[in-house]
Amino acid sequence: MEKIKKNPLSLQPDLSLFEPATLEERESLNVMRPSIGFWQDGLRRLRKNSVAMVSLIAIVIILFIAFIVPTFYPYDYKTQDKSAGNLAPMAYSKAEQARIDAGEFVMPHLIGTDNLGRDLAVRIMIGSRISITVGLVASAIIMIIGTIIGAVSGYFGGLVDQIIMRIVDMIYTVPDLVIIILLYAILRVPLKELADSVKAFEWIGTIGVGLISIFIVFSLLYWVGMSRIVRGQILSLKEQEYVTAARALGASSGRIISKHLIKNSIGIIIVTTTLQIPSAIFTETFLSFIGLGVAAPMSSLGSLASDGLAGLYTYPHRLLAPALMIALIILAFNLFGDGLRDAFDPKLRK
Amino acid sequence: MSKFILKRLGFAVLTLAIVITMTFFLMYLIPGGPFLSEKAPTQATLDALNAKYGLDQPVYIQFKNYVVKLFEGDFGMSLKQRGRTVNDIISTKFPVSAQVGGLSIIVAVLVGIPIGSYAALHRGKFWDRFFNVLSTTGIAFPSFVMATVLIVLFSVYMKIFPSYGLEAPINYVLPVLSLAVYPMAYISRLMRSSMLDVLGQDYMRTARAKGVSQFRILFKHALRNAVLPVITYLGPLIAYTLTGSFVVEQIFTIPGLGKEFIKSIMNRDYPLVMGTTIFLAAFVILMNFIVDIVYKIVDPRIKLN
Repeated sequence: MEKIKKNPLSLQPDLSLFEPATLEERESLNVMRPSIGFWQDGLRRLRKNSVAMVSLIAIVIILFIAFIVPTFYPYDYKTQDKSAGNLAPMAYSKAEQARIDAGEFVMPHLIGTDNLGRDLAVRIMIGSRISITVGLVASAIIMIIGTIIGAVSGYFGGLVDQIIMRIVDMIYTVPDLVIIILLYAILRVPLKELADSVKAFEWIGTIGVGLISIFIVFSLLYWVGMSRIVRGQILSLKEQEYVTAARALGASSGRIISKHLIKNSIGIIIVTTTLQIPSAIFTETFLSFIGLGVAAPMSSLGSLASDGLAGLYTYPHRLLAPALMIALIILAFNLFGDGLRDAFDPKLRK
Repeated sequence: MSKFILKRLGFAVLTLAIVITMTFFLMYLIPGGPFLSEKAPTQATLDALNAKYGLDQPVYIQFKNYVVKLFEGDFGMSLKQRGRTVNDIISTKFPVSAQVGGLSIIVAVLVGIPIGSYAALHRGKFWDRFFNVLSTTGIAFPSFVMATVLIVLFSVYMKIFPSYGLEAPINYVLPVLSLAVYPMAYISRLMRSSMLDVLGQDYMRTARAKGVSQFRILFKHALRNAVLPVITYLGPLIAYTLTGSFVVEQIFTIPGLGKEFIKSIMNRDYPLVMGTTIFLAAFVILMNFIVDIVYKIVDPRIKLN
């Protein structure tokens, strides 16, 4: 179209003013900040929490020491060296001293050795590995069982809810450790027989009957706290409009629970699971301490502390080292869990 | 109120019944009889022993007999400690555990509540942060870890407190302290957060505006309301102290019920295991029942259900 010269007196508007905006112009008008998702928001808050970050670093270091260092450490947890028994921290046995004099490098026993000449430092590492594994696996079990039961109870309500909550109340009232010790004593022998007689269950023997019984006990008793929390969350969530909308669209109960309700309580579930880890570690160390945990020569922090108790006055460091390791692990997980809670579930903050 | 109590009571009894049934049948499932030892007794001796303790009868008859005896308040005879009844063992051992446990609960409450309130009143100041660090660390120390650390510090290095026995009052210090640290830390945190909650309430401002004295505000208005969560925690606390005392008793060689319980499981002393489990469960259930009712009396707003 040929451009017509504009008459200065004409009222006709300048057409160029009415052209659609270019992309750049549109961008400049956009005053919205990029939207931040649930995870990004939580992570941002978590990163600002210095206590949580320090404890996260501590956890990573502990995990490294427990899972990676023993693989290339010069000593292992079960090799006995009678000539190097009862060494003080950083001390060497005669044979090792001779090797050093010959110009060889011998790794010092950082925390000494036990009466069978096993390096205590590596035993503590392996012990931490066991304790942390129990903590993580048990928390995962608790998370799955607790979430499912809590969700079902909260979503369906009525009689189902009544029955489940009464069972939860009941498990709450009985002294759990008494029941755990009892269940543990009962499960141990049949599990061992199962592992010995049936080929398919041989793995029980390799993992250790003690650990398996601990897991069974956890999954039988410890889901109650988790299920209560999830139930409470779901009770309030299921009244939301989007659930009604989902139901109106014909979504099944299973779909609503898994796609809407549990997804929206994921923050609280993760936080509770994290805080469950130290308490599971506590129970495991407790059981090993009273002699119901892992079987020798495997070490657990609890059994190491219990071994150390025997030679208390002569070798106090043997008791102190595993005990402090337990406290350190529990402290780190506690603080990190608190940080997660503050970051992902500000409502729970106290 | 009476309806509430009745309902709670019924629930407590039901729980106890289930614990009894469960324990009995679980015990029955434990493989290996109580009379099996290194030198195997002859079949005739075994039969005689089984007959003597009624172990040759079908399990449901054994159960019935046990429950009937239980109603008469009789836990039966110990299989391993010759000539002693379970009642006898429990009644001599439990007071020891109760003494140590009770003392530690008292210490935890008496120290935890003031510390928590003080921290809340001086929020953000030095002492608040100081106690916060302390209680966070305290929560990371399970009772047996605390016990070992205390022993190493005070018995081995400093030699101030003895590490075993209960002969003199000074022997109580370490076991009570190791049981008290965790609940103390927990209570002080609980108290701090609930105190902060209460301090922010409108009625606190009203009271201050009325010119109520600082002392009265603190004790009559704030503490009374803030202490409620601590009361709810008392139930679990009792259970914790009880089980925590298992290990603490072992570490400090205290002749209490916890030690007896672990020993009886190792020995497969059925009646003793049953007796202690039921006794401890009943004790905790009773305590929870009492805490429920006390809570209801202190805070009438709790729904009657």
